[in-house]
Amino acid sequence: MDGLKPEERVALARHPGRPGTADYIGALFTDFFELKGDRQCREDASILGGVALYHGRPVTVLGHRKGKDLQQNLKYNFGMPGPEGYRKAQRLFRQAEKFKRPIITFVDTPGAYPGLEAEARGQGEAIASCLSLLSTVDVPVLSVIIGEGGSGGALALALANRVLMLENAVYSILSPEGFASILWKDSSRSAEAARLMKLTADDLLELSVADAVIPEPPGGAHEAPAAAFQSVDQALWGALRAVEQAGDFAARRYDKFRRMGL
Amino acid sequence: MEQIHFSRQRAWLEHLKTRRWGGEGEVLRRKAAKEVFGKCPGCGAMAPKAELARALYVCPSCGHHHPIGAYLRLSMVFDPHSFEELDEKLIAPNVLSFPGYDEKLKAARGRTGLSDAVVTARGRIDGRPVVAAVLDSRFFMGSMGVAVGEKVTRAVEAAGKAGEPLLIFSASGGARMQEGILSLMQMAKTSAALARFSAAGGFYISYLTHPTTGGVTASFASLGDITLAEPGALIGFAGPRVIEQTIGQKLPEGFQRAEYLEEHGFVDQIVPRSRMRETLSLLLKLHEKEARHGRS
Repeated sequence: MDGLKPEERVALARHPGRPGTADYIGALFTDFFELKGDRQCREDASILGGVALYHGRPVTVLGHRKGKDLQQNLKYNFGMPGPEGYRKAQRLFRQAEKFKRPIITFVDTPGAYPGLEAEARGQGEAIASCLSLLSTVDVPVLSVIIGEGGSGGALALALANRVLMLENAVYSILSPEGFASILWKDSSRSAEAARLMKLTADDLLELSVADAVIPEPPGGAHEAPAAAFQSVDQALWGALRAVEQAGDFAARRYDKFRRMGL
Repeated sequence: MEQIHFSRQRAWLEHLKTRRWGGEGEVLRRKAAKEVFGKCPGCGAMAPKAELARALYVCPSCGHHHPIGAYLRLSMVFDPHSFEELDEKLIAPNVLSFPGYDEKLKAARGRTGLSDAVVTARGRIDGRPVVAAVLDSRFFMGSMGVAVGEKVTRAVEAAGKAGEPLLIFSASGGARMQEGILSLMQMAKTSAALARFSAAGGFYISYLTHPTTGGVTASFASLGDITLAEPGALIGFAGPRVIEQTIGQKLPEGFQRAEYLEEHGFVDQIVPRSRMRETLSLLLKLHEKEARHGRS
């Protein structure tokens, strides 16, 4: 899969047939029990989460959920959570710490939902609190960027000891369209933006934002999902064991992000 | 300096009032008036700049809070002679080698005299020590890149180390586009630093000023023990234009303004600039560690 242009990776990352969070949970985990709701306002289905067994041991697993068709996408809001989704995530993070379960997240979102109700209920506060909490939970946290990692809405689930990225996943400050729109007032220049943004897995590995790149089957994960599941499982299991062996989960996670930038 | 400036403005005002004008002189009078009068973006009223300065850059007619620079803000808040700047020279390289960014940074530095979009400093308010960070919207719209993230984090750490309260004035358009993903990572870094500061008992006042949006709202600006806001400040995660495009309708009057956030439970109090200093002083007093009273 070498030689793909960044904008082609963006298209692959958004491919409607691409395996999503629900597919990875189904393939890699057993005995998944979904936990719904933020206990304050409502259930936000754009984040799917719960408890499951991973290689036979209990973990908290959650991720952004996109739909496979229009009807599903309306239900899951195209994978764009509101504050309730991030507050549900916080509830799950707290439970994971209480029961000393590792946290595994799958990241796949264009970004947090930019809507009127989302703002009224504190989208910014919900994401900030996710970051604050996730930086302190003293259990292993592992994130896999499986598709689109868009903006603070992605980061809110990705402040992790290890950030793994699928080969054709992208992770960026915002969408290439939004980037082009802000910088050049022209969203049609998104391909050009994608090339400048350093959003591919290889770019992010070089910038130490990603810790490993997981290879995809030829043509992308949607061409041979079983092979993709196997690669992700292998990388994730290896990373989990390494993080557990190292210990000091919160302290090491803090040090990792403290070094980001300068 | 400031005093000299005021008196020169006063002289101009007298001069403009007493001289007889007419014909081409009228053009000169109008142009000269622009140099001493500021137009309020809130109500359109013209006020002498000197008067505006005395009113802490709040419009005497409508109360509109003009955006102000970081050093001016600190001069309004700190006790005289207590200002000690931190990491004054800290700048970040063009981390993604973004084309044209170096030139833009250079121009912004020349225009504002700032090294980047935040000033951090130690100082005192009514004798009580505090570490402050002030974002400046004149520099790349106060956007958070690596330098802003690092300076804010160091300010949090300095406050933690010294056992002093932390005060952050936010004013930001969000993330620094030209620093891409590393700009995003500053949200994680600053939030983690604040979580650690908070767990150790640190006291943090977040003061939201116009505008506070994007990645700054979704990180350190929203993590205060106490959250204050200036009247009328735009505060939100997504910008109003993006939301209008998403929902396909006009937003209601006052949406995402400080008053709206207070109503929805995200701001403790709206504090106008005229009461800024006394409010901060009171909050520092209320959170003073007992040891300082000698009662421990």
